[in-house]
Amino acid sequence: MMTAEEIWRILEQVKDPEIPAVSVVELGMIRSVGVEGDQIIVTLTPTFIGCPALQMIQSEIEARLLQAGAPEVRTRLSLSPAWSSDWITSAGRDRLKAMGLAPPPRHEGQLEAALLVEVNCPYCGSSKTELKNDFGSTLCRAIYVCNACRQPFEQFKPI
Amino acid sequence: MDSSLLHDFREFLFALADDELILGHRASEWCGHAPVLEEDIAFANIALDEIGHAAAWYSILAEVEGQDPDLYPDQLVYFRSAEDFRNAQIVELPNGDWAFTMLRQYLFDAAEKTRLAALKRSAYQPVAQVAEKMLREELYHERHTRLWVLRLSRGTEESHRRMQSALEACWPYMAQLLAPTSGLSRLAGAGVAPEAQTWLANWQATVLPFLETECGLILPTEIPPALERSVHTPHLRVILAEMQSLPRQEPEAQW
Repeated sequence: MMTAEEIWRILEQVKDPEIPAVSVVELGMIRSVGVEGDQIIVTLTPTFIGCPALQMIQSEIEARLLQAGAPEVRTRLSLSPAWSSDWITSAGRDRLKAMGLAPPPRHEGQLEAALLVEVNCPYCGSSKTELKNDFGSTLCRAIYVCNACRQPFEQFKPI
Repeated sequence: MDSSLLHDFREFLFALADDELILGHRASEWCGHAPVLEEDIAFANIALDEIGHAAAWYSILAEVEGQDPDLYPDQLVYFRSAEDFRNAQIVELPNGDWAFTMLRQYLFDAAEKTRLAALKRSAYQPVAQVAEKMLREELYHERHTRLWVLRLSRGTEESHRRMQSALEACWPYMAQLLAPTSGLSRLAGAGVAPEAQTWLANWQATVLPFLETECGLILPTEIPPALERSVHTPHLRVILAEMQSLPRQEPEAQW
């Protein structure tokens, strides 16, 4: 049977299909991994309740672990504690930025205050940016434009 | 949970879930038809969130009733008849114009936001957990629809006129949306759900001054009494006919 360390390493290869640069581990979606008898159990927390990529992520986790030799895999969903964008790791934040997606400000539960924080342009770093739409091409993104370099960009929303 | 309380709890959960499902379905009807591209994307996101919220409430119902959480939500959505739905009539109404759609969504979002804030303290853990998660998503909805209501109310003469008539069209349905579900005070006694008054006061303190002072709208004075949630308009059957036709013809369909 695989060790927890091996399981985590495989999970690091599973990407959110809507943000292919970042793994589900870097997004902070994986709550725990465990082994019960012949079964590997991965518990994960959805980023948004209605996230349409969730089922794909679950089947990808199952497929990767089976491929690596796990006899049986189950994924479980856990809504508590609720996923927070604060859980995205530092490496995950760097990767988001590198793909042109501004990382979410850390809010420590004060989400309404975080919505007023300036967002830096992931291209030129300027804080002269403007919110254009609270909703973008996926549930987790908002649309901004940078008034310094004139580049439109998306932000991973604080949630 | 004892059986009489269980009945009240089911009524409460069905009201929450069915409101989200039917309103989410109505919102999804704008997909591809919204006034501008950005709004098409935004409102489709909101529709998806609301249907996700419905799914979460149906999963709690599955837990409460000892049903399979993977299968039961689909059963409830696709194989129930109109008379078994417990959504309020306001969410069934056809979308009308953009002013009506935005105002209805705002009034609903504001109610959902204040109710969820109270539900975070539910003694029934799964409800408290889901409420906490939904509340964060709802902050975005309410912020978005509130801006639309403000923008249209204070835009042109025509947009103001349409917002005023949207308000007159929505208002008669609000009592039913906001009324406590049957047995709610018993649930409140057990700490499972908040008394309606506890969050209604917050709703009124936010929504009424916003509509009157910031938007310059005139609130209708006549408010008809709340109907039971089992009473529906003919529109619900039309929605269900469309939503349920495929699974009813092909119950085993996979996609």
